[in-house]
Amino acid sequence: MTESNSVTVTRSASWLSAARAAIVFILLCGGLYPLLVTTAGKVMFPHQAFGSMIIVDDTVVGSELVGQPFKAPKYFHGRPSAAGYDPFSVGGSNYAPSNPDLRARVAEHSAGIAQREGVNPDSIPVDLLAASGSGIDPHISPESAIVQAERVARARSIPVSRVNKFIERYTEGPTLGILGQRRVNVLRINLALDGKESLN
Amino acid sequence: MNEVIVIYAVTLLLAWPLGKYIAGVFDGAKGTAGAVFLPVENGLYRLFRVDPFQPMNWQGYGNALLKLHLALVLIVFGLLMAQGFLFLNPDGIDGISWDLALHTAVSFLTNTNQQHYSGQAQLSYLAHTFGIVTLQVVTPAAGMAALVAIVRTLLGRSDKKKQPAVDGVVSVGNFYEDITRAIVRVMLPVAAVVALIIASQGVPNSYEGARTAIPLDQTAGMEEQNIPIGPVAPMVAIKQIGTNGGGWYGPNSSVPLENPTPLSNFVQTVSIVLIPAALVFALGFMTGRRRLAMVVMGVMVVMSVSLTSVAIWSENQPNVAFSGLAADGENLEGKEVRFGATATALWGSWTTQTSNGSVNGMHDSFNPIGGMVPMIDMFINVTFGGIGVGLIGYLLFLLLAAFLGSLMIGRAPEIAGKSLETREMKLVCIALLIQPLLILGFSAITVAFPALTGNSNPGFHGISQAIYEYTSAFANNGSGFEGLGDDSVWWNVTCAVNLALGRFIPILAPLAIAASLAAKRSAPEGRGSLSIDTPTFGLMTLAVIVMFTLLSFMPVLILGPIAEALALMS
Repeated sequence: MTESNSVTVTRSASWLSAARAAIVFILLCGGLYPLLVTTAGKVMFPHQAFGSMIIVDDTVVGSELVGQPFKAPKYFHGRPSAAGYDPFSVGGSNYAPSNPDLRARVAEHSAGIAQREGVNPDSIPVDLLAASGSGIDPHISPESAIVQAERVARARSIPVSRVNKFIERYTEGPTLGILGQRRVNVLRINLALDGKESLN
Repeated sequence: MNEVIVIYAVTLLLAWPLGKYIAGVFDGAKGTAGAVFLPVENGLYRLFRVDPFQPMNWQGYGNALLKLHLALVLIVFGLLMAQGFLFLNPDGIDGISWDLALHTAVSFLTNTNQQHYSGQAQLSYLAHTFGIVTLQVVTPAAGMAALVAIVRTLLGRSDKKKQPAVDGVVSVGNFYEDITRAIVRVMLPVAAVVALIIASQGVPNSYEGARTAIPLDQTAGMEEQNIPIGPVAPMVAIKQIGTNGGGWYGPNSSVPLENPTPLSNFVQTVSIVLIPAALVFALGFMTGRRRLAMVVMGVMVVMSVSLTSVAIWSENQPNVAFSGLAADGENLEGKEVRFGATATALWGSWTTQTSNGSVNGMHDSFNPIGGMVPMIDMFINVTFGGIGVGLIGYLLFLLLAAFLGSLMIGRAPEIAGKSLETREMKLVCIALLIQPLLILGFSAITVAFPALTGNSNPGFHGISQAIYEYTSAFANNGSGFEGLGDDSVWWNVTCAVNLALGRFIPILAPLAIAASLAAKRSAPEGRGSLSIDTPTFGLMTLAVIVMFTLLSFMPVLILGPIAEALALMS
């Protein structure tokens, strides 16, 4: 395929080539590429490939990456969710700071948490009152765990120091010391409190 | 703060070698790594029935580009309407309405990925992969092809053999060759690497349908938790590196299944700017004008850092709705604990500078000034910008600056030795002015009829929601103030108009300008001519960009976010 000087410049392309290219690109980019990556991902990272599910005694109790609703006093509670922790309807509240509905929601939650944990509203960490973007944030800040420690200890009739030890163990720091924030995975620490996940 | 510096540094350090590689890919008959990829590409050309050596003039190039896009959009529109009857649909998802299918198909066709639907619940695996992922690979490649064609025509290229005019008509290259190389040698390999890295962090990879869990606390009222998964990793990778932005899950990379860890967040953030920045370096390698590339990069970095700093500052302020009700802290409404306010503000700024449009937190809940930054980023839209189109847009401002600069020093307007005349400046003005015309025009109509807007927030922020949506559509960004009820016939159809015009006019007009300039006789660049590769000229271009943006959009910024901020202060 060498270039000759007799070629003319194309001013209009062919419809047939456009249609053929479209179909070939769909098969290559939409078929082959995802198939190859998905297959490789499944082989290399089988646990992650299916949603990082946690299995206890043959029961799937949840995913490390998906928060769950908690209500019982013996458990740490997660963040408010605009999606009710339903992964099929994920989403944030999308309330602007100027929206009076946001202020009303925060006021209600703040009063509830202050009463439940026996603390002043102005010592409740923000993340425990702010709805996450996904609606399934699996984490809370360590401070939000500490605020709940006393109540969890009381409900389980164990010393607070023991609960604090769990918080310490389950606090993940920033990756490589720089990336991301300190956090506690709510489902995992609750499983650990129930003795369903070994401390490792 | 360290996180932000590290991410900036890593991105620019990776962009340099990638830019060199990309320049090589489009250089010559074989290009870099031709031994590996050329056999594949030749196979593809045979399937397309095209001759990659056939030169095209700008109309032919644009014609080929438009025809491929039209073929793609028809197929994807059909897929979206019919997905309920087709295979690869383990979760039993139905087809979507005609207007939503139209908006979705056009949105992905234009590299925008504005989503008026929630992927995990409304699209089958078939629609996600064969429809959406295809467009996420092909459209950035089309942008890259257009950029390469414009740059080689406007500023010359080291491979001279396709450059000379044939029959007195300027050849800009061959569209099929450019787009195929962009897909095979750049988009797919980079995407595959990113996909496997994020897969290791927890992004799902499966065709086997949703999982079901039995939640731990059965007193909380949720008996079962159905967790949608799928071939998520390949899509998330290409949406990040291809300035696409449309994610598998509705709230995008804020969802832990789409962006599980700080490390995946790091990789995805770098991926937003990586190729757009690499193309700036590639500009230098392709044309031999390294100094020009460094000046362009300098202007872009200045714009990027200044706006990003404002966003980070703003999101680290408390959300006023929480004052007195919580401990003092950053604004975490709509944000994820693992990322925090700073990393989310960085992402929010980068994603709107590059016309990516993915998010890792909800922009609607940003503090007013923090939410204004993405809007300004999208008004400017050439801080790196979308793949190909960002730099093309910058070249328009560069032409305008050269025109004004030449007049200021009392010379006939010219660029790279070619005189800038009425025809070129008319096209520059059309390509630039259609932006405020469409965004402001449609916003005004929509805000005037409250039944159309679908606001979820009252007051000034409601105005911002409408402006943001059209800005995002025209900028081919795709992010949104997502509380907006945007799945209506009005929003779907009017956004589709903005999407298409915002994509194809800013590609075709510069292509025409480049061909028009290339056909002119070149005066040698001498001491008297305007040099475009000096810091002074960079500053001039920056001033033109800032003035143009302020003049066009300052009034709506005051009506929206600035009024909201002032109201909250009182």
